[in-house]
Amino acid sequence: MRIHLTSVFVDDQDKGLRFYTDVLGFQKKHEVPLGEDRWLTVVSPEDPDGTELLLEPSRHPVVKAYKDGLAADGIPAVSFAVDDVQAEFERLRGLGVRFTQEPLEMGQVTTAVLDDTCGNLIQIVHSK
Amino acid sequence: MAEDVFKALADPTRRRILDELVERDGQTLFEICTRLVTKHGLTLSRQAISQHLAVLESAGLVLSRRRGRYKFHDLNTEPLERIATRWLRPETPEGTP
Repeated sequence: MRIHLTSVFVDDQDKGLRFYTDVLGFQKKHEVPLGEDRWLTVVSPEDPDGTELLLEPSRHPVVKAYKDGLAADGIPAVSFAVDDVQAEFERLRGLGVRFTQEPLEMGQVTTAVLDDTCGNLIQIVHSK
Repeated sequence: MAEDVFKALADPTRRRILDELVERDGQTLFEICTRLVTKHGLTLSRQAISQHLAVLESAGLVLSRRRGRYKFHDLNTEPLERIATRWLRPETPEGTP
């Protein structure tokens, strides 16, 4: 078994797509109209056939409480691997991205946590 | 107030939290938990850390602030200064409750 798809709840799919592609650097994989919303997924250009990230609309009534609770305590919704957290932190900060946790070295692992502007926190991580 | 500070400092986990906040102010609960686990091997639940933070906050040693949707914690050393100078430079007798 492999992880085929995981999702984040975005407040606005267009805004989410812009952030995940233009800023984070993913590319759009599927866009299927579904009523008011779309089945909208992105993948990493480094692994276009790998795990897809679904940008799921936040419309369901329990989603707000879930997102607000995680955000208040700084808990990331999802974690992405990068080559160098410090370098990615500098790059993204230069693009105006807000971090709730600046790079933190913890033995073998370095992490940082950023705001995806769609209501979620994203962790980036690399291992030595 | 002084009693709250002594009580807050009496616990080793709470002292560790202060140690980590010295290194960087403005940490989320998530970052504090991560630091305690990875740097000190303290595998407490998030709720337990949250309760420790509440004790530190009520003693005035930690100040929390909300910025947008996020909550950050800062170290406040002012109550410690009052303790340190209490016997070194006694000025104000302890108030009677």
